[in-house]
This record gives sequence, C-alpha cells and structure tokens, in this order.
Amino acid sequence: MTDLIARTTATASGARVPARRPRPSGLAYLWGKAGLAMRLYMLLLALTLLVAALAAVLAPYDPNAQTLLARLKPPVGMAGANPAHLLGTDQLGRDIYSRTLHGLQLTMVIAFAGSFISLLIGVTAGVIAGYARGAIGAAIMAVVDIQIAVPFTLIALLVIAVFGNSLPVLIAVIGVAGWESYARIVRAQVLSVSRMPFVEAAIAAGASDWRILFKHVLPNVASPIIVVWTMTFSAVILLESSLSFLGLGVQPPTATLGSMVGMGRDYLASHAWIAVIPSLVIMFVSLLVLLIGDWLRDALDVKLK
Amino acid sequence: MLEFLARRTLGAIATLLVVIAAVFFATRLSGNVMDYMLPPGVDIETKQAMVERFGLDQPIWVQFIRFMQGIFSGEWGLGLYERRSVVEIYAERIPNTLQLFAYALGLAVVLGLPLGIVAALQRKSVLGSAIMTLAFVGYATPNFVLAIVMILVFSFNLHWLPSSGDASALHFLMPAIVLAAPMLAEIIRFARNALLDVMGQDYLRTARAKGLPERLVIGKHALRNAAIPVVTVIGLQVAGMVARCVLVEAVFATKGVGDLIVFATIGRDYPVLQFGVILIAGLVVVTSLVVDVLYSAIDPRVKVTAS
Repeated sequence: MTDLIARTTATASGARVPARRPRPSGLAYLWGKAGLAMRLYMLLLALTLLVAALAAVLAPYDPNAQTLLARLKPPVGMAGANPAHLLGTDQLGRDIYSRTLHGLQLTMVIAFAGSFISLLIGVTAGVIAGYARGAIGAAIMAVVDIQIAVPFTLIALLVIAVFGNSLPVLIAVIGVAGWESYARIVRAQVLSVSRMPFVEAAIAAGASDWRILFKHVLPNVASPIIVVWTMTFSAVILLESSLSFLGLGVQPPTATLGSMVGMGRDYLASHAWIAVIPSLVIMFVSLLVLLIGDWLRDALDVKLK
Repeated sequence: MLEFLARRTLGAIATLLVVIAAVFFATRLSGNVMDYMLPPGVDIETKQAMVERFGLDQPIWVQFIRFMQGIFSGEWGLGLYERRSVVEIYAERIPNTLQLFAYALGLAVVLGLPLGIVAALQRKSVLGSAIMTLAFVGYATPNFVLAIVMILVFSFNLHWLPSSGDASALHFLMPAIVLAAPMLAEIIRFARNALLDVMGQDYLRTARAKGLPERLVIGKHALRNAAIPVVTVIGLQVAGMVARCVLVEAVFATKGVGDLIVFATIGRDYPVLQFGVILIAGLVVVTSLVVDVLYSAIDPRVKVTAS
C-alpha cells in the first residue's frame, strides 16, 4: 500500500521509479517452482484434505450404522456386490466407503492436532534452549538427546498403558512425538541468527527480545520448520495407524484408517477388501506427503543436520 | 579416543538411568496397581495385606530406591499373568526376536548394498531409477500395510508361506521381509548417495588418471570411502528396526519380545511392560554407542570433531 502511494506520487511528480515485481506469497512461489508431477501431487493432497474435511457430506451412510442383512458385501465390480455399497461392507454391515471417509477425516484431525502440538512444544523448547544457554538450555537439550535415544513407539505404549486409550491420549502421545526435531533446528537457528549483524543492529536500536524473536529469528526458521513438519506429518500418520491397528488407538466403533485395517485383519483370508481399502488410502496419503516433503526440502534448500 | 569413548559411555548410562526412572514413575502414575490386579469384591483386609506385601504403602521414593536395588540385584518382579520372573519370560522370547533381527538385517544389507551401488553406477539408466523408485515405495509403505498385503498374497492366495507363528525358519521369512523393507530402502538411498559423493572427488580422478582399471577405482577407492556413512546408517536403522519389531511381531505372532510388549500394554502387565521398555531402550542405546565407536574407528576425522 505504502509502496503504491510512493510510486504514484513519484510518477505524478515526473520521477522514474523502476517497476517492482510484487513478491509472490509462499504458496504461489512454491507452485511456480514445482514441476508438472509435483503440481499433480499437491493437487491430489489438497483433494484428499478436502475429501477428509467433507466426509460428513460425501459419506452416504452413518459410518457406525450396522446393516446386519448386508454384512461382508464385496466392493462394486466383484461378484455378489450390493450397488448401494460402493466399496462393500464389513463384518457388521457397515458401509466401508463411509467409514473410510470418516476414518480419513479422523486420521487427518489426529495428525494435524498432534503435529501442531509437537511443533509448538518443539519451537518453544528450541527458542528457550537457544536463548538460555546455561543450565536450562543444557537440560532441554539433554531431554532431546534422550528422546532421540529411546524409540518413540515404546514411549507411546507406556503412556497408553498408563492412561488408557482414548482420543485425547492419542493426540497427546502424538503431540509429544517428534518435538525434538523442531527443538534442535530452532535452537541451532537461534544461536546462529542472534550473531547476525541485522540482529545486533536491532538490539542496538533498542528492540525488545520478543520483537527480535518474532520479527527476525522465527521468520528465518520458517523453511526448516515447514520441512520438518511435512516429514513428521507422514510419520505421525503412520504412528497413529500403527497404534490403532494394534487396537491401542481410538476406541471402537469409531473408525480411523489404522483401526479399520486392524479389524479387517481377522477377515483377510475370506473378505480381504475390509483391510485392503483403508491400507491403500494410508499408503496413498503417506506417499503423497513424503514426495512433497522430499521436494520441499530441496526447493527450500533446507539442510537438516 | 579414550576420552570420546568414556564420554559416550557415560552419556549412554545416564540415558538408561533416566529411562528407568521415567518408566518407574510413569507406571505408578496410574494409581494403585492392586485396584485392577485383584479380582473385584476382594475384602479390604486382603487388599491391605497385598499392598503391604508389595511395599505399596511406602512413600514413592522408598519404592523407587527398592526398585533400583531390585534392578541391580537382578530382581525384576513377576509377570502379573504368568506369575513368574519377567527375566524368565523374556529369556524365552529373546531367541526368536534375535533370529528375526538377524534375518532382517542380513536381508537389508545383502540386498541393499549391491542395489545401492548399481543405482549409483547406473544412475542415468532405467535400472537405476527403477531401483530408486522401489526404494521410495518401500520407505513410504507402512509396515502393517506391507504385512497385510504379503499375508494376502503369499499365505492366502499362493499358499507358499505360513501367515503366523514361529514353528520353522520359514515362519520368519515374511516378518523379516516386512521388518527389512524400510531399512533396505534407506540403505539403498544412502549407499547410492555416498558413492555418488565419492565419485566426484579428486582422488578418484587421480586414480583414473594413473591408469587404474575401473574395477579397482570403484572397488578399492570409491567403495571404501563410501562405506563410512553407510555404516552409520546401518547402525541407525538397527535402532529403528528394534522399535518396529513391536508391530511386526504382533502381526505375525512370532512369539518374540515385540508381541510380548504389545500384549503387556493391552493387559496392563506393568512388570512385563517396564522390563520390555528398559530392555529395548538398552538395546538401542548400546547399538548407537557401538556405531559411534565403530564410526570413529573407520574414520579418524570423527575423533577430532566429536567434541
């Protein structure tokens, strides 16, 4: 806005102002940089998220509604299919298409909520560890080292054994997973940025710690944070599905993709589609997120070490 | 070297102590174990007697000191369901898990290294990109999805392999493949990238310039230098494999440490669960210690920069 005013006034007064190209926003910039295949992956992921968000609208049936007369119907296209159930039904006659949509939605909600919590914890811990270089910083980094040393699945099992398995516990467990990658990167960045001349200039100009943090330090960590977030997001989807698969995730009858595979496992020999359909969806989403994450790391030129 | 070794060992011991303490306090967070151990309707006196017998009426720090004493004297408690020492319970399970690890690691290394080398040497050919695509898919496929698909194809459709159990070496083939898949993918990626890195180095040009045959240039100069990062990644993968065995063993019911831990979680069998967590954490910590030491033995530069 101020740019525009400055340019118009300058032109009005007859001075020549070089036309400045507007800086594209983050998403537009990445879209412009992506190749054809990557644009397709991004569109597919956006479509997946849209479908997950609209599960209630798109699903023809209540995901938990049982039609015992239409049990174990195969998907349309297989012999004996019921055209009312596009992807068939499970052992309780629940519509698999509806359950997959709702399961996808819940899996996404858990993954978003969990990864957001771990992002908040990790960035906060990293900032504190970077600023407070004494005992507090050392203590935070010691916790980070320990969490890296111990496989997270074990921590998750322990927490679930103690607090039981419910949706809040699951989100909390996932929120605690992966924070250490953010903490390490943010701390390193705080340490290196706080020595940069522009930060020294800001300090000299009397800027407060908060201003420096939000205006100078955090914008500089944005790219690595985005990349770590994509990496942890697919890991979080897998963690959630694995726990639900083992029966340690959300309680039945609520569907997540992992719990659907876990339930379907018992019918694998005779009615394979019950497990195979949600498996394919998990694999599809995890592959997409990983492909985009891999590309983002190169596109934003982030070195994760 | 000695100082590096000492510092890393101390760090590993500290990590394990923290894990043990965390496990102890976490399992006590859920309240009195007796509440769900004893059958419903038990009278107050019996319950009180049990609480006293297990020392649960003592302050928590007294319990903690006893717990630590127990650990160092080898008394790890009894499984709540099997009523025998957890050490005994685990001793029965460990051979199966080690067998599985050996197959999986062997599979990943024996296939991964040559595939990675081929992918690097043929990186512009169809073969090279086919290997890398396969590696990416292997990396992105969740363990249980791969397990489900393999059981479906090889057990139920083709009837080649048993779908679960531990009766013969054949029973371990599918779990080993599932456990090996992500590890194989990582080893291929790392071996390829490490070799490509080395291929651009000056000393390889020198080796070629002095007229060495290509097989010696690759075999002696390139591979030896590319081995360094590959050893590290194999070590890191072992830690991941130990964590993943929990799921894989539960799917294939191989009667190893992993499915024991899952059932202990479901049944809230704390003595079994806490021993399992400490055992696996110990295994992972020791593995990464060994990798660090091995790493510094292969590459002398590490010792200088380790601090």
